[in-house]
Amino acid sequence: MNAVLASVVAPPPLLEMRGIAKRFGAVTALEGVHLEVRAGEILALMGENGAGKSTLMKVLSGVYHADQGEIRMDGRALHLHGPGDAIAAGISIIHQEIKLSPNLTVAENLFLGHEPRRGWRIDRAAMNQAAAGVLQQLACTFAPTRCVGSLSIAEQQQVEIARALLRNCRVLVMDEPTAALSERETEALFAVIRGLRARGLAIVYISHRMDEVYALADRVSVLRDGRYVGSLPRAEIRAETVVRMMVGRPLEDLYQKAAPSAFGDTVLEVLELSDGRHVGPCSFNLRAGEVVGLAGLVGSGRTELARLIFGADPLASGSVLLEGRPLHIRHPLDAVRAGIGYVPEDRKELGLFLDMSARDNIALNVLPEDSRLGWLAHPRINRRADRRIEALRIRVADRKVAAGTLSGGNQQKLLVARWMEIGPKVLILDEPTRGVDIGAKSEIYRAISELARQGVAVLMISSELPEIIAMSDRILVMRDGRLAGELPGGASQEDIMHLATQG
Amino acid sequence: MITMTETKTAAPALAWNGRPRLRELFNTLGILPVLIVIAAIFAVLSPNFLTEENLLNIARQASINIVLAAGMTFVILTGGIDLSVGSILGTTAVVTLMVSLDPSFGALAVPAALFAGLLLGLANGVLVAFLGLPPFIVTLGTFTTLRGVAYLISDGQTVFNPDIGFAWIGNDYLGPLPWLVVIALAVVAASWLILRHTVLGVRIYAVGGNEQAARLTGIRVWVVLLFVYAISGLLSALGGVMSAARLYSANGNLGVGYELDAIAAVILGGTSFAGGVGTIVGTLIGALIIATLNNGLTLMDVSYFWQLVIKGVVIILAVILDKYRSKSGART
Repeated sequence: MNAVLASVVAPPPLLEMRGIAKRFGAVTALEGVHLEVRAGEILALMGENGAGKSTLMKVLSGVYHADQGEIRMDGRALHLHGPGDAIAAGISIIHQEIKLSPNLTVAENLFLGHEPRRGWRIDRAAMNQAAAGVLQQLACTFAPTRCVGSLSIAEQQQVEIARALLRNCRVLVMDEPTAALSERETEALFAVIRGLRARGLAIVYISHRMDEVYALADRVSVLRDGRYVGSLPRAEIRAETVVRMMVGRPLEDLYQKAAPSAFGDTVLEVLELSDGRHVGPCSFNLRAGEVVGLAGLVGSGRTELARLIFGADPLASGSVLLEGRPLHIRHPLDAVRAGIGYVPEDRKELGLFLDMSARDNIALNVLPEDSRLGWLAHPRINRRADRRIEALRIRVADRKVAAGTLSGGNQQKLLVARWMEIGPKVLILDEPTRGVDIGAKSEIYRAISELARQGVAVLMISSELPEIIAMSDRILVMRDGRLAGELPGGASQEDIMHLATQG
Repeated sequence: MITMTETKTAAPALAWNGRPRLRELFNTLGILPVLIVIAAIFAVLSPNFLTEENLLNIARQASINIVLAAGMTFVILTGGIDLSVGSILGTTAVVTLMVSLDPSFGALAVPAALFAGLLLGLANGVLVAFLGLPPFIVTLGTFTTLRGVAYLISDGQTVFNPDIGFAWIGNDYLGPLPWLVVIALAVVAASWLILRHTVLGVRIYAVGGNEQAARLTGIRVWVVLLFVYAISGLLSALGGVMSAARLYSANGNLGVGYELDAIAAVILGGTSFAGGVGTIVGTLIGALIIATLNNGLTLMDVSYFWQLVIKGVVIILAVILDKYRSKSGART
């Protein structure tokens, strides 16, 4: 640490957080956390889920009040009593979930609460003009009069950044901004972030992805279990070092993939499947014990294809054969009965029951098995849930804890557990490790490999190419709703991107 | 590889269980302390409140609302609402009396009413489940329609029958308990069993908690929706039979405003309006709070106008308390 500090003869930090502590009841969420960021610097803030990144940022944005410690800006102590104070001090946060009103225009969102007025009326002309000015600085291509709901996620993010700039933001915090962006949109966002750095903003960039940290960060600070672990300057950032700081020990083998063994017979055959609009016709097959990666750009139709197979959306033409027999899937229940599982991309919206217990989330699909004439056999269900919680190392105090209180990784494990319970023949996983910390990622990979070893045919959709390459025995690439090609496992990122973009 | 020992230190979620007993107790008790406080206040202020006879009175007065609110609990747990329960009660009460007047079918008075209620509830369910209409709109429509039907089939008159075969429901006792109370408690017990101990119960919570996820995990959402609206209709009809048995009569006006008391009982009981969270025992206590307020305030000769004001304020206060309670309990 001392060496790092001594080697940098730099201006004093624009923002300093010192000795921040925050407790919730008996739980210490943060303890002695330091964070500093200079004007014109991009600081990557890393840590596993539950490490305290979000809590720290809530302290910084005035949502939580720290029990101990101080926040200084320009060397002067800041007293934040609410989000309004933070915004007034020049601190803006762009959350993972976009917080805009979709029914209002871009300009209306930008000036919400501070609309320029002429007399008692809103001065729309001035508002739109000012909005256009900011949007131009960010190289946005949409008009300020567009309705926000009609913009893409990436564009909505630009609106959020524009709003921060309009509020004279000097410290900009971005919480995993690329989670929902395609490769191209991510590149564009990075260009914008670098532009903001050049304008002298201090940027705190929260991310799980090492490649983004390499691409952007001037420095990285790491939290673990609510404590400050340390910081590394750009020159010293290495994946192994950062991971060791995050998990407390080296992570020797992230992808727990056994060497591909002999595969069984073809389990699932998809023939000319199409939704009649964007997707298909697509044909492919999966063999027992095989992990097949489904790659492609965001919007290439991967999720839509998976939903067609699973019966979540009506199919226009084509057929699905399971073990040689044609399936008539009209509803997800038909797929479940046939032994096809689907872990959706958006686990909170489409997968989990956040108010229900971990137990019920796990056992939901096999309740009829654990009941007689509709009456639940609670002891059997409890045993089932406990077994699975232990096997997948789901971190819960006990099976009765509500799913909504768990971290992203543990929530994802609950979903995987639910599908493991049905003894699936085919399991489709849609972005199984998105928003999941490295520790849980490794355990999810282990679960996938274990399923494959047991003879399950796995179809894994992912936007993370390293994950696709490491986990897949075979890689299917989609482009514009069709399968653009197939590659063997271990294919290069370039090969995949080539198929995904032009073919 | 990450090992167990490694992961244990990294889970703040574990530590949230610092005081599980206390919190669990608080969560189970729910709104019960409010009922006890209200009862204690009345017991001090009015000597006649804490007598066996008066307590039975409260239970009897609460019974019909308990039955309606039990059905309402099912519906609200799925994230829906049933505004038509009062109108179904009125319609089926008229039906049961008219059938009872028919010499050849008189014995079928109760089954006919229950069957009518089941069908009317199913109609709500079909409109919600298959046409995808918002439950508020659907049941607002049937609320109005069935009120009209109740007036039409009774021809705007009050239907009397001093000789109904099921008068025991409204007036006799099983041991020390009026049958009205026994029926209400039986409905609560059955509802509790369904919600807590059947596959269907778990699915009701699942559909209310996250309808999309429920569908994607293979639950036939329409089955669950049909069930909850049908049961609400059936229980409304049971309420109609209970009213008719008590009064030996029915008219198109019967049950006006009952849906609001039923909804109030469910919400007082801590069931989330958004669905997915709530218990039938909470609903029972909620209905008892409303009945206790009605009874106690009347005993104390508080004017009806003030009773309304006080009831409304208590409902809002109780819900504020509940919100505070659940906030302090869980944090994500």
